[in-house]
Amino acid sequence: MTRLLVLAAATLVFMGAAIATPSLRVNDAVIMGDSKPQQLSEFGFFADSVAQNPVATVQPYTLNAPLFSDYALKRRFAYIPAGQQATIGENGRLIFPVGSALIKHFGYENGDGRAFKLIETRVLLHRADGWVALPYIWDDDGADATLKLAGKRVPVTFTDSAGQVRAISYAVPNMNQCKGCHALNDAIMPIGPKLRNMDDGQQIGAWTARGWLPRDLAAFKTMPDYDDTKFPVDLRARAYLDINCAHCHNRAGPASNSGLFLGYEEQDPVALGIGKRPVAAGRGSGGHDFAIAPGNPDASILFHRMRSTDPGVAMPELSRSLPHTEGLALIRAWIARMDAAGHTDTESTP
Amino acid sequence: MSQLWKTAVVGGILIAFGPPVAAKDIAVPAGERAQERLQEALILAEPGDQVVIGAGQFNLTDGLSLDVPGVTVRGSGPDRTILDFSNQQGAGEGLLVTSDNVVLRDFAVQNSKGDGIKSKGADRIVYYNLRVEWLGTPKETNGAYGIYPVESENVLIDTSVVIGASDAGIYVGQSRNIIVRNNIAMFNVAGIEIENSYDADVHSNIAMRNTGGVLVFDLPNLPQQGGRNVRVFSNRIEANDTPNFAPKGNIVASVPMGTGIMVMANTDVEIFGNVLGENATSNIILTGYRFPFDDATYNPVPNKVRISGNTHGPAGYNPGYRGLDQAAAAMGGMIPPILWDGSGEDIVSSDPVGVFTLGLASPDTPIEQAKPDVIDLQGDTSPILPAIVLPDTMEAAIR
Repeated sequence: MTRLLVLAAATLVFMGAAIATPSLRVNDAVIMGDSKPQQLSEFGFFADSVAQNPVATVQPYTLNAPLFSDYALKRRFAYIPAGQQATIGENGRLIFPVGSALIKHFGYENGDGRAFKLIETRVLLHRADGWVALPYIWDDDGADATLKLAGKRVPVTFTDSAGQVRAISYAVPNMNQCKGCHALNDAIMPIGPKLRNMDDGQQIGAWTARGWLPRDLAAFKTMPDYDDTKFPVDLRARAYLDINCAHCHNRAGPASNSGLFLGYEEQDPVALGIGKRPVAAGRGSGGHDFAIAPGNPDASILFHRMRSTDPGVAMPELSRSLPHTEGLALIRAWIARMDAAGHTDTESTP
Repeated sequence: MSQLWKTAVVGGILIAFGPPVAAKDIAVPAGERAQERLQEALILAEPGDQVVIGAGQFNLTDGLSLDVPGVTVRGSGPDRTILDFSNQQGAGEGLLVTSDNVVLRDFAVQNSKGDGIKSKGADRIVYYNLRVEWLGTPKETNGAYGIYPVESENVLIDTSVVIGASDAGIYVGQSRNIIVRNNIAMFNVAGIEIENSYDADVHSNIAMRNTGGVLVFDLPNLPQQGGRNVRVFSNRIEANDTPNFAPKGNIVASVPMGTGIMVMANTDVEIFGNVLGENATSNIILTGYRFPFDDATYNPVPNKVRISGNTHGPAGYNPGYRGLDQAAAAMGGMIPPILWDGSGEDIVSSDPVGVFTLGLASPDTPIEQAKPDVIDLQGDTSPILPAIVLPDTMEAAIR
């Protein structure tokens, strides 16, 4: 009966979509195997063929501070095999047991502002010999998503929050580019799931109730939603840099050679970019001397590269072809308020 | 090492490097959908495989990347197989390699938006018979580095041509055990640069028409620093006369036009048997890191530099440092072809030319306080560093 209802709902939402037989349980053998499944549906993460409703053992989740990806809307899901639990690593990173999976939809609202049109779904699988990242692109008929190892550029048109119509060449990453962000000590690693970035007041509780997290969590410092102006500008800016930059810009990440480290926990002002000269920026320097010139965002390489859309200059290197207007305003305010020692007035908000 | 151990080690190497039974060639001819076909081949290749890129021009729209160890990427020659990135829309380089035991040979990368070919954390990498070029006159909008291995152990760059990089044509950063030989670097800001690296041989290269020919640098606030043990020998480093076109802010933007070899803040550097000349600022510059920095572990001065047996053509006739043009005029039109800021210790030269010192013992002394002089840097200049030896599998890959 449930199955029929789900099918009916899916049909209503996605008229004309071919409906594949939905699966109601996650296929552990596919997660754990050594194949690269051709279709997203083979994993059984979703109760409907259009991947809107997860099966009961898959948990939707959100992040306080998400990565900006050309204003794409995202939906995140996690799966931990029955009877197993994540442990807590450095900086509150969730260490998932083998057999776990993370699933992330990327899409845009349709022009009418109602439906969420899926472009791609990225899957991270924790197999016995490490994490594997696989990119799936949604078929034209929206009935399933197909593995696309080499990635793809997809023309996308959407209306942004200011009502402006944007047309972009949306880049679905290839399998190697997944690792381009998800690398830690040269192994693939999830980025988002850390306690500090998941703590929204109830989510940690929901995961614990599933038995997915230990009950006796050590105290940690929550990372704010960078859009939420009730938090001080320096914490918001640091949260923004953490989730948008620090997956590469950390001591064990793809940008380790830069010496620029932007994690939320970073304490060294030079590593954070304050008064730091570039190393391998090339034309990315924009003619500026320092990653962050306190008080002067327009003379800061970090701001310059966040603002640019020129490949070879733009940061992050992947996932962004548009400037993130709101993020730029935040980083501008943060650098503008910074004194020469790198301290920011935390009392007021922009 | 006992014979037993040798047998075990050689056996292990054979297993690691020898072509497995299933090793295969993956052919990628030129044509439509080049981006997808080539990237897919680089993803699906397995250790021991060879990705054979056909002759012709490949018009690529995004960066390419290889993350599979033990793969050879081979073209039909640097003028026949051309990976063109003029229409690149994303990624920080043309080709990125992040796996070990990779051989790149016989193809060209041109007009990439960022760096040309980058390898990071990729040990035992071989770059052979490649061309990386930005077409047209040198300009600031060209990518930074042509051939760019970083954070790697065992690096070989051989018989390659790099033209037009807005930073360094060949740049080896934060690496160890390096040979750069038989290459041609022209019209870059820096022809060849060894930065924050240990144990490097730079020999038998031609570095001409750059802003600076060969740079050996050490910079602060980086995961690997204390650059040392670099030999620069038997190179031809002449006529580096391209005006500096590096974007401001980068360290090479401070390199004056007409620099032959520049050593900045390294220890144990040997410069011998090079043919130098027509470098308007200087054939050899030895200097401290002359910027403010906040790093207690960083040594900003050059130490133990041994200079011998180089041939010096004219140099120092139009030095690109403030005030030195007046010194040149006062000295009959040119300053001596070796220029030292005066910082560091155990710097010796037996080249039959004078050394022009600025007498700035500390690199944070303003240049206005210079006490210029012409001196001899006497001492034992005999090269003592051992030759760099790479794993034989790397040499075998290009035999």
